[in-house]
Amino acid sequence: MPVQYSGLVDEHHTVRNSVGLFDVSHMGEIEVRGPEAAKLVDYVTTNSVAKLKHGQAQYSGLLYEHGGFVDDILVHKVADDSFFICVNASNQDKDFAHIVAHNQFECEVEFASGKYAQLAIQGPKALETAQQLTETPLAAIRYYWFTDGKFAGVPARIARTGYTGEDGFEIYVDPEHAVATWNAILAAGRAAGIKPAGLGARNTLRLESKMALYGHEIGASISPLEADLAWIVKFEKGDFVGRDALLKQREAGLTRKLVGFEMRGRGIGRDGYEVLLAGQPAGWVTSGSPSPTLQKNIGLCYLPIAHAKPGEKIEIVVRNQAVEAETVPTPFYKRPQ
Amino acid sequence: MNYPESYRYTKEHEWVSLDGDTATIGITHHAQEELGDIVYVDLPKPGAVLETGKSLGSVESVKAVSDIYAPLAGEVVEANELLATAPEKLNEDPHGDAWLVKVKVADAAEFNNLLSAADYQTYVGAES
Repeated sequence: MPVQYSGLVDEHHTVRNSVGLFDVSHMGEIEVRGPEAAKLVDYVTTNSVAKLKHGQAQYSGLLYEHGGFVDDILVHKVADDSFFICVNASNQDKDFAHIVAHNQFECEVEFASGKYAQLAIQGPKALETAQQLTETPLAAIRYYWFTDGKFAGVPARIARTGYTGEDGFEIYVDPEHAVATWNAILAAGRAAGIKPAGLGARNTLRLESKMALYGHEIGASISPLEADLAWIVKFEKGDFVGRDALLKQREAGLTRKLVGFEMRGRGIGRDGYEVLLAGQPAGWVTSGSPSPTLQKNIGLCYLPIAHAKPGEKIEIVVRNQAVEAETVPTPFYKRPQ
Repeated sequence: MNYPESYRYTKEHEWVSLDGDTATIGITHHAQEELGDIVYVDLPKPGAVLETGKSLGSVESVKAVSDIYAPLAGEVVEANELLATAPEKLNEDPHGDAWLVKVKVADAAEFNNLLSAADYQTYVGAES
């Protein structure tokens, strides 16, 4: 996947206004099967697997015992005894090892990345584009649900999921059909003005929608509570890896939390830049970029909990200069319903 | 894209043209293409002294910020004010109107040590 095709900003607007196509085949897949598959997946993830219905997908966290992230993942319930997990490419080996290490449930855990290519069709015209290539009624698939069917003439897993904040579909096919499927989607989307989109647009789109990126907002030393992802942590479901550490953290009170900001002065607060409160070092930027949709310089940062709320005056050190910024509510962008 | 024969180039993707002892410095078409949509250009003020190979400023695009390195030593006599208000010109005309700085060079011989247009194009061809 290249950083850009026609240009980052052009691709970004195309996804927001029409439809873009991403080749995200680098993403990893892990399959868990067996009579107790739900128990294993529930035990290694933070969200509630018991609540999932067949054909439903769920954003979740894979945690270490100490409460930090191994990875953020998408769990798909294929059947009572079969789960399909989409994971970050750079984490797939440790994800697999982590799940296997906690497999006291005699499940079959398969490293399945080689079995799938993944193409993401994203944008308000994703539905009309994708529908041309399948007899499966796509409008009937709700957001964060999926179905197995035929797509562009080949067997596919069709999920109404994405990483852009727009409506869209993520299509999983056998890698041998990837190129033909890519070409079929581009042809089907021609009238809608479809364009291939790269890693650069993927990053600005997910940032505007405040979707976390591993290694930035989340990582081994950051918990989901700190990352403003308490909604994927279901303490009431019972034991899971990392639960005790998160309970302790909640009891003791968080010391830092993720919050959004907008630059007020000239400059862009980027990943790793220092954040100042009253002139003193107080946190760091996890992601920052010009927002093509909002025409502002936005970002996310960690701040001490007392200041991790909208309306705080902060400064970000941009190449040795403190530049004014202000914390703001997130997400920065929400698509019109 | 046309890489003017009369310019010299660096492996850091700057170009230089020389008129007497005044050099004009810019970034190449290849560089602007790699950077993508440019949003800020930070340049030194007239009077600033440049050292060969040291950062003279930066170009920031939506995706990243990159240093610009002085291809030769000298004193800045003019920074392109156009880029303060219209940084996108650097995407549109990197070899022309969107030059970065004009420099009174310390040693004109440095110019001759830089890459020719043909060598630079071979270099970026090999790089990509």
